[in-house]
Amino acid sequence: MSAEFKQPETIARAGALTGFYTLFYKEWLRFWKVNIQTVLAPVLSALLFLLVFGHTLRNTGEPYPGVGYSAFLAPGLAMMSILQNAFANSSSSLMQSKMTGNIIFVLLPPLSHREFFFAYLLAAIARGLVCGAGVLLCTVWFVELRCEHPLWVAVFALLGSAIMGVLGIIAGLQSSKVDELAAFQNFIILPLTFLSGVFYSMYSLPPFWQKLSHLNPFFYIVDGFRYGFFGVGDVSPWLSAVVVAVCLLVLSMLTLWLVKTGYKMRH
Amino acid sequence: MIPAIQVDQVVKRYGGLTALAGVSLQIEQGEFFGLLGPNGAGKTTLISILAGLNIATSGSTSVMGYDVVRDYRGARRALGVVPQELVFDPFFTVREALTIQSGYFGLRDNDAWIDELLDCLDLNDKADTNMRQLSGGMKRRVLIGQALVHKPPVIVLDEPTAGVDVELRQSLWQFIRRLNQDGHTIVLTTHYLEEAEALCGRIAMLKQGEIVANDTTQNLLKRFSGCQVNLKLAPPGLPAALQYLLAHGGGEDCRLALDSYDGVEQVLATLRSAGVGVLEMEVAHPDLEEVFVKIMNH
Repeated sequence: MSAEFKQPETIARAGALTGFYTLFYKEWLRFWKVNIQTVLAPVLSALLFLLVFGHTLRNTGEPYPGVGYSAFLAPGLAMMSILQNAFANSSSSLMQSKMTGNIIFVLLPPLSHREFFFAYLLAAIARGLVCGAGVLLCTVWFVELRCEHPLWVAVFALLGSAIMGVLGIIAGLQSSKVDELAAFQNFIILPLTFLSGVFYSMYSLPPFWQKLSHLNPFFYIVDGFRYGFFGVGDVSPWLSAVVVAVCLLVLSMLTLWLVKTGYKMRH
Repeated sequence: MIPAIQVDQVVKRYGGLTALAGVSLQIEQGEFFGLLGPNGAGKTTLISILAGLNIATSGSTSVMGYDVVRDYRGARRALGVVPQELVFDPFFTVREALTIQSGYFGLRDNDAWIDELLDCLDLNDKADTNMRQLSGGMKRRVLIGQALVHKPPVIVLDEPTAGVDVELRQSLWQFIRRLNQDGHTIVLTTHYLEEAEALCGRIAMLKQGEIVANDTTQNLLKRFSGCQVNLKLAPPGLPAALQYLLAHGGGEDCRLALDSYDGVEQVLATLRSAGVGVLEMEVAHPDLEEVFVKIMNH
């Protein structure tokens, strides 16, 4: 500690959006630096699901006319990867930061609650999309996948990753221990994801479970996403888009309010 | 001139526990200010409220004239906080940590200043080392760097030398003293009272969420601390007329506690009139620790 310390300048004027961009970039780096764990591992898991289920259930008939089971399964697995990884990004980052105490690096600067929320959300979307793209890129080696409506694919990939990014922020804020987050993940996210039609068409279920599936917002995400590929789904993609968008809006408003009030961060 | 920090009637309650019970405080720009108190007195709570990490139950707080709630952007830009805990983000190197922290404050292209900070903090050769691989002392230096990366006029150091070895502690104090000389307002909490005494121009003491003393260091030392006289006397030793001043020992080897230096002359006169010779005499200077103990036990 030998060098001269310069006279401080007047309080620096903050560059517009620099704080938001930096927080997003930090969150991006955080998962990208460990991409074996955060990207490659989920892609490999999805491929294993595809190979095992695709092989063992290949004779169960075509879920949609002209669509084999493996082709049916691929978009579902890509969306499952998008959902789980978008959730994992924001939830684990926030929970770990709170646990280790380094959340103060984000709380001390002049970041608004909107900058905070959207930076974590955008990073979650980014990781979800990277994983989803990874799964799709790998599955095209194993199954023939057509894409009838790329715009719907993009819309539901964005909506799905966004809704899970928001849920991840809520879970990260709520949890102060690993087991609290694991409970959120295992008892809420995982059942809703697995029961969303990733592995089956809703019409293969008994009537009671079909009705119950309509209460699961993740079903609309998977179904709308799959519609983008095959041009056929269990419900209209417009209905799915509206349901998911409304859920996203409500959850986002709730989360913005939680961040603004400093819920479980600023005491 | 706008005060660096203004705290007005701040109350903080956690359920039934009152951590701060109406604290008011003003710290002028350029001061080296000490905030002292036993564990649980409310020091870190007050600092956390200043930094926006805690929200006051009532009262108001401002940094460089910016209210920490209403004008939180201005207040946070004006404040750099070195936290008590050794926290770090294990994903990043030292330079990345500083660059990211700089970006949070809206500063791009801050590399020249970051280089200077690395140099000032003797972290040049660790700039590209992951935070996990640093020693505790180096992590502490990075925390100081992160607090200074946006050149805040007000710097709060919450026990920055806790668990730090003597050599690093000395160099940290030199660095912080220079920051103060260069115009930064420094607010320091520490359990090393001799350091607070040497560094701080003014000191406030907190006890159970209330300020029980707030004055210049010199005034505190004068006001609350008399002096102590260590005596080695010729037989028959301490006369009965001086027994009421006895603080330690007795007979020919004793320590007397006096209200002020004026009392020394009276002690000597009493010894002379009693015919007791003084073999050795030492007048001990008052120190902050003594003042602290007196105030806290008051």
